[in-house]
Amino acid sequence: MLKRLRENKSAQGTLLALPTIIWMMGLLIIPLILTAVVSVGKRSPDGNVIYAFSLDNYIRLIGYSTDCANGQASCFDPLYVSILGRSLSLAFNTTVLVILLAYPLAYFIARAQPKQRNSYLFLVLIPLWTNFVIRVYAWMILLRQEGVINIALGAIARFLHIPFQPLDMLYTPGAVLVGMVYEFLPFMILPIYTSLEKIDNSLYEAAADLGANAVKTFTRVTLPLSMPGVVAGTILVFIPVMGTFIVSDILGGRQVILVGNLIQRQFLDARDPTFGSAASLILMVMTLIVTYFYTRKFGFGEEIVVA
Amino acid sequence: MNPHRRSPLVLVTAFFVYFFLYAPIIALVVYSFNASRANVKFEGFIPSFSERVVTEGSLVKSSPCGPFHWYCDLAKNREVIEAAKNTLTIAFTATTIATIIGTMAALALQRYDFKLKPFSQLSLYIPIVIPEIVMGIGILTLFSQVFGWMNNAFSLSGDSRWTMGLGTVIVSHIAFMVPFVTLVVQARLQGFDKSYEEAAMDLGANEWITFRRVTLPMILPGVLSGALLAFTLSLDDFVITFFTNGPGSTTLPIYVYGLLRRIITPQVNALSTVWILVVLAAVLLLQIVQGRESKQHS
Amino acid sequence: MTSEFAVEMRDVVKRFITPEGNEMAAVDHVTMKIRNGEFFSMLGSSGCGKTTSLRMIAGFEWPTEGEVYIEGKAMGHTPPFQRKVNTVFQSYALFQHLTIYQNVAFGLEMENAKEDEIKKRVGRALDMVQLTGMDRRKPKQLSGGQQQRVALARALVKTPDVLLLDEPLGALDLKLRKEMQLELKALQQQLGITFIYVTHDQEEALTMSDRIAVMSKGKVQQMGTPVEVYERPANKFVADFIGESNFLEGKIKSLTRKEASVFIPGLNAEVTGMPISEGLAKGEEVVVSIRPEKVRLVEKGALKMNMFRGKVTNTVYIGADTHIYTEVHGVKLKVLEQNRISRLDPKSFYTVGQDVSLLLMPENTLVLKKD
Repeated sequence: MLKRLRENKSAQGTLLALPTIIWMMGLLIIPLILTAVVSVGKRSPDGNVIYAFSLDNYIRLIGYSTDCANGQASCFDPLYVSILGRSLSLAFNTTVLVILLAYPLAYFIARAQPKQRNSYLFLVLIPLWTNFVIRVYAWMILLRQEGVINIALGAIARFLHIPFQPLDMLYTPGAVLVGMVYEFLPFMILPIYTSLEKIDNSLYEAAADLGANAVKTFTRVTLPLSMPGVVAGTILVFIPVMGTFIVSDILGGRQVILVGNLIQRQFLDARDPTFGSAASLILMVMTLIVTYFYTRKFGFGEEIVVA
Repeated sequence: MNPHRRSPLVLVTAFFVYFFLYAPIIALVVYSFNASRANVKFEGFIPSFSERVVTEGSLVKSSPCGPFHWYCDLAKNREVIEAAKNTLTIAFTATTIATIIGTMAALALQRYDFKLKPFSQLSLYIPIVIPEIVMGIGILTLFSQVFGWMNNAFSLSGDSRWTMGLGTVIVSHIAFMVPFVTLVVQARLQGFDKSYEEAAMDLGANEWITFRRVTLPMILPGVLSGALLAFTLSLDDFVITFFTNGPGSTTLPIYVYGLLRRIITPQVNALSTVWILVVLAAVLLLQIVQGRESKQHS
Repeated sequence: MTSEFAVEMRDVVKRFITPEGNEMAAVDHVTMKIRNGEFFSMLGSSGCGKTTSLRMIAGFEWPTEGEVYIEGKAMGHTPPFQRKVNTVFQSYALFQHLTIYQNVAFGLEMENAKEDEIKKRVGRALDMVQLTGMDRRKPKQLSGGQQQRVALARALVKTPDVLLLDEPLGALDLKLRKEMQLELKALQQQLGITFIYVTHDQEEALTMSDRIAVMSKGKVQQMGTPVEVYERPANKFVADFIGESNFLEGKIKSLTRKEASVFIPGLNAEVTGMPISEGLAKGEEVVVSIRPEKVRLVEKGALKMNMFRGKVTNTVYIGADTHIYTEVHGVKLKVLEQNRISRLDPKSFYTVGQDVSLLLMPENTLVLKKD
C-alpha cells in the first residue's frame, strides 16, 4: 500500500492538495453555483427561496417594469442601474487616486537607502494592521461637523480673519471616496514598491549613459518596469472597492448606496436573498469583466502574492 | 549619479501620504481620552482622579482612572472581552488549519503533477478576483440552506439545531486564508533546490523524515509569513464574518460596527487604541525574533 | 561484496516528456558494468545523459526500460534511502539550517547509530577531509572548497559501497580543482570504494579515472581506460571530444588486413600504411584523424611518403606549447609543438607565411568511419 503510493506521484500530489481542493469546492465554487441558482429563484412571502427558473430579479435590476405609476404598459426605473454605475465610477475614481498617491510614496521608499527601506515600509503597514472598521471610524472623527478637519479649518480662518462656516463633509460621496482611498492605499503601495525595488540600479545608469534625462528615464524605464506592480495593485484595490459596504454605510450614511449596500440589505433587511444573489452575481461578472480586460492588456502581476 | 537622489515633488508627496495615513489614527487615539461621552467634539482630557465617576451632563469630570477613564470602562465591558476572545479563537484556529493545508497544497502544486492541478491552481485566485461580499453571501446561502435542510431532515429543535456560530466563521475564514498561504509558500518553494531533499533521501531519510528534518525547516520562513498574513487577514476580516457569524460568535470588528450604528462613546476609541498597540507589539516582537534568527543564520 | 560488479546498468532507457510535450530519451539503451573498487567516470557535455544515469543509480529516477543492479541486486523502484550508495551533489546540497557536524551526522542518525558512535565517526570523517574543528559552523560560513569537503565527508561517513559524484568540483576555481582531483583519487585508492564520477571536463576524467564512459545523446560512445579513449577513440565523436584532432575526409583506396591507404581529395594525395580497425571496406568514405601533437613539422628536405607541403597561417604561443595553424592545399591542419627550449628570438619560432612540410606518421593516424 505504502509502496504503491510511493510510486504513484500523481496520487501523492492529489492527496496533498485534497483538503484545499475540498475547501475551495465547498466554500467557493459550490456557494457561487448556489448563488447563481438562487438568483433565478423566487422569494417566498416569508423571505425564503423558492427554487424556480425566473429572470425576474435580473429584469428588476435592469429596471424594466410593467407595473407603472402613470398607466403606461412598460417603464424604466434606473434605480439599480444607477447604483451599479455609481459603484463602478467610485471604484474607478478610488483606483486612480490611490495610484496617484501610492506611486510617489512607493518610489520614495524604493529609492531610499536600503537600511531605511524596511522602516518606511513598516510605516505603511502599521495602519493596515489596525482594523478595517476602526479605520473607517477614524474618518468619522475627522469629517464630522465638529470634527478635527473643521476645527483645524476654523482655526486657520480665525487666524486669517475670514468668516468660517463648518463644512458638511460626513455623509457625502466625497467622504466615501476619501474613506475608500484611505482603506486601500497600502494595497497599492506594496506591489508598486515590490516591482520598483526589483529594478536594478544599473538600468538607471544605462539609461543615463545612453543619454536619457530624469523624465525620459522615468517614462521609458521606471514606469514600464513597474507596471506589473500597478496592475497587481489595481486588482487589489478595484475589486474590494466594488464590493465593500462598510465605508459607504458609515461615511455615506443613507446617502451613498453602492452595490455592496444593496446586496447586504437584501440579505439582512429586505430579506430577499434571490434579488441579493442576482445583484451579487452581476457584481461578480462586472469585476471579472474589468479584471479580464485589464489583465489581458497588462498581464497578471505576480506582485499580487507579495502584498 | 546618486541612486538615492529624489526630486522634491516625490519628497513632498511622500510626506503628505504618510500624514494622510497617520492623521486619522492620531485623532482616533487622542479622542480616546475625550471627556465628552458623546464623543462628537473633543472637550479636553478628563482632568482628575476620584473614587467614583463624576459626570456633568455628557462630560466626565473625574474618574478613578483619570484620563484613562474609557480604558477602565472598556476593561469592564464583558461584550468586548467576549468579542476579543472570539476574534482570537477564530484567528488562531483558522490560521493553524489554513497554514497546514495551504502548505500541503503548495507542495503538491510545486512538486507534483496531478489531474486536478490546473483546477486547484486556478481556484486559488478566486478569492482575489471576486469581491468578498460575493463570497460572503454565497457561503451564507450555502450554510443556511444546508442547515435548514439538516434541521428539517433530522427534525432538530432548540439547542441541537445547526446554526451559524464560531464553527461557520472558522470554516469560512480558512476558505479565504488558504489561497494566500498557498501562494506565499509556493513562491518560497519556487527557489527551493530539490537536491536538498534528494541529499536527505540519499543519506537514508524516508519521505516523512526528509520533510520534517529538511524541507520544513528550510521553507519555515515562508510558511510563517504565510501564517502571519492569514492571521492578520482573519483579525481584519469584516465582510465574511459579518455574513457567517451567529449568536455567540461576535468578533471585535463586528462589535465595533454594531456600536458605530448606535451610540459611540470614547470607549470605541480606547478599544481601537488598545487594538493598535497590541498588534504593533506583536508585530514588533515577531520582527525582533525573525531578525535574531536571520542573524543566526547568516 | 558478492558481485564482481559494484554497479551494472543493463540496457537502461530513461524517457522524459519535454515541456513541449515531446518524448525524449535522456538515456538511450545504456549498458555499463562498473567494477568493485574502480574509479569510473561518465564524461560528456550537458544533456548527454551522464547525470540522469547517475541519478538512476542513486535512485532519484527510475529507468523507463532496463534495470540498474547494485552489488548484483536488481534495484527496481527501490527508493534512494534503501540503497547502499551515497551522492556528492554538484551544488553540495548542504543543509543550511544545520551545522557542519549535524550535516555529517545526518546520515548516521538515519541509521539509528548510537550517539557516541556518531560522534566518533563524524570526527573521523571531518579529520579525513581536513576539516577538524569546523563542526560547529554553518555551511555558509565555509569557503566553496570547504563546503565541497563537507559534502564528501557527509557521504563517506556512511561507508557506502559506491560513492556517486555529480560534477563535485564544478564550482571550484581551477587551481583548487586540480588539487582536489588528486586528493579525491588518493582518497578513493585509500578507501577502496567504487567511485562513479560525472564530469564534462575531459582532463578531469583522464586525470582520475580507471575507466571512462564517453557519452553523447544518451548513448555510450566508448568505454575504456584513459589511454584507450585518447589513443584509440572509437569514433569521430570521441576523437573530437577528448583532446583535439585534425580530421581529413577521404575514401579508402586500398585495404589489407592490417593497413589502409586513403585518398584525401583535399590534399589531392594518398595517406598510406595506416592501421585499421575492423569493419572497413574498400571505397568507403572515411575520416582520417590525427592529433595536433602527433603531426611532425619538417622545415626542409625532400618529400617522403605521407609528407605534404604547406604554409603556416597563424601561430599562437601559449607558454608550454605553440599552436601552429597550417594549410596544405585547401586543408587546414593544426600542429602542436612543445617549447622545449627557452628562447626569446621571434625568428626561432615558426612565422606566418613560412613554408613547411608536414609528416603524418601512419602509426599516429586513425581511420574512422564517417558518421
